[in-house]
Amino acid sequence: MLQAKGLAAIRGERLVFQGLGFILAPGEALAVRGPNGAGKSTLLRVLAGLIRPAAGRLMWQGEDALQDPPAHARRVAYLGHQDAVKPGLTAAGNLRFAARISGGSIAEALAALDLSALAALPVRLFSAGQRRRLALARIALSLAPLWLLDEPTNGLDESAAERLGRLLDAHRARGGIIVAASHIALPLGQAGQLLLG
Amino acid sequence: MKILAALIGRELGLALVHGADTIAALLFFLVTTSLFPLALGPSPAVLGRLAPGIIWVAALLASLLPLERLLGADYEDGSLDQLLLSGLSPLAVAAGKTAAHWLLTGLPLVIAAGPIAVMLRIDPARLPALLAGLVPGTLSLSLIGTAVAALVLGARRGAMLLPLLVLPLSTPVLIFGTAAAETSHPRPELLLLAALLAAALPLCPLAAGAGLSTAAE
Repeated sequence: MLQAKGLAAIRGERLVFQGLGFILAPGEALAVRGPNGAGKSTLLRVLAGLIRPAAGRLMWQGEDALQDPPAHARRVAYLGHQDAVKPGLTAAGNLRFAARISGGSIAEALAALDLSALAALPVRLFSAGQRRRLALARIALSLAPLWLLDEPTNGLDESAAERLGRLLDAHRARGGIIVAASHIALPLGQAGQLLLG
Repeated sequence: MKILAALIGRELGLALVHGADTIAALLFFLVTTSLFPLALGPSPAVLGRLAPGIIWVAALLASLLPLERLLGADYEDGSLDQLLLSGLSPLAVAAGKTAAHWLLTGLPLVIAAGPIAVMLRIDPARLPALLAGLVPGTLSLSLIGTAVAALVLGARRGAMLLPLLVLPLSTPVLIFGTAAAETSHPRPELLLLAALLAAALPLCPLAAGAGLSTAAE
């Protein structure tokens, strides 16, 4: 269970948001909506433990989640607005580090995002949407219960967005929690809404 | 520990793919040290006398070359976030990066230094002390370099700041490293190099880890 209490974040000199609170039980999802610059990405980075909140607490199963950042990191699969893929490596090569950490199967993760045929291709030949799918394959590879997704549908075509929807449903069915930020509607099914800005 | 090994494996794999970047430092070392006989003349007396200094300065400069990309590449493409969320502490991420830097730059330099020293007509009696000094010396250089690279990460003039900060911090290593290869009793100098390494070993990853966390914020 993920619980946020009175979260606030300051970027530069600006208060991005304050007094944010929500509770997400296993299987639940939260869609963070809002215009550009509303603090969606900042909120996800706070939830990931990458940014320290200026105020408030983040709880996991009733305990302070940010007390031990490496332990919190193991609970988190984070998709940033950047894809974090290396153009020189193949699609499978890009996932190797994540696979060695989680012990998941690269082939299955690639198949889940329909990238199996491109597994041996260097990523510099990929389109923007294919890179995004590869970044999502890294999320699929992770066994972390908490998925934090920043604009996951960026660059995806319709069929890839559908695949993403199935992936998200499967994660929730396993008892996972999803927090996804987007300025457009996401294939999330039934989900809580948090409006920023 | 398993994750740390995976991180170092990842770095070595990336280095293999970007082979040109990897051997650039070694080639730089070979080329700069080869320039000295051309500039100073082939006299064995002069070259042999200067050889330790030439090798140490060239090694110091060569180890600077990969530093900017060591962390900068991961910072720019978002991979740094993934490393910090891999379950390793920032300190361990920094330590893994340092180990990769030494394996890919320091170790090849130590190996290449022997033949280069012979080419520069070093007194054979001084060669063991030179190489014995280079091992802790290059390790210290990797530690200092990674720490500074992490601290300037995201700074606007990071690439320029990097050598300006690393070189002054590296002077003790340079002083004791060359001194060890210029006396017939190098024990105190080698022990001082080991002491520098013992100080840098806990301090530099700590500073580098703090730098990485700050850069990710």
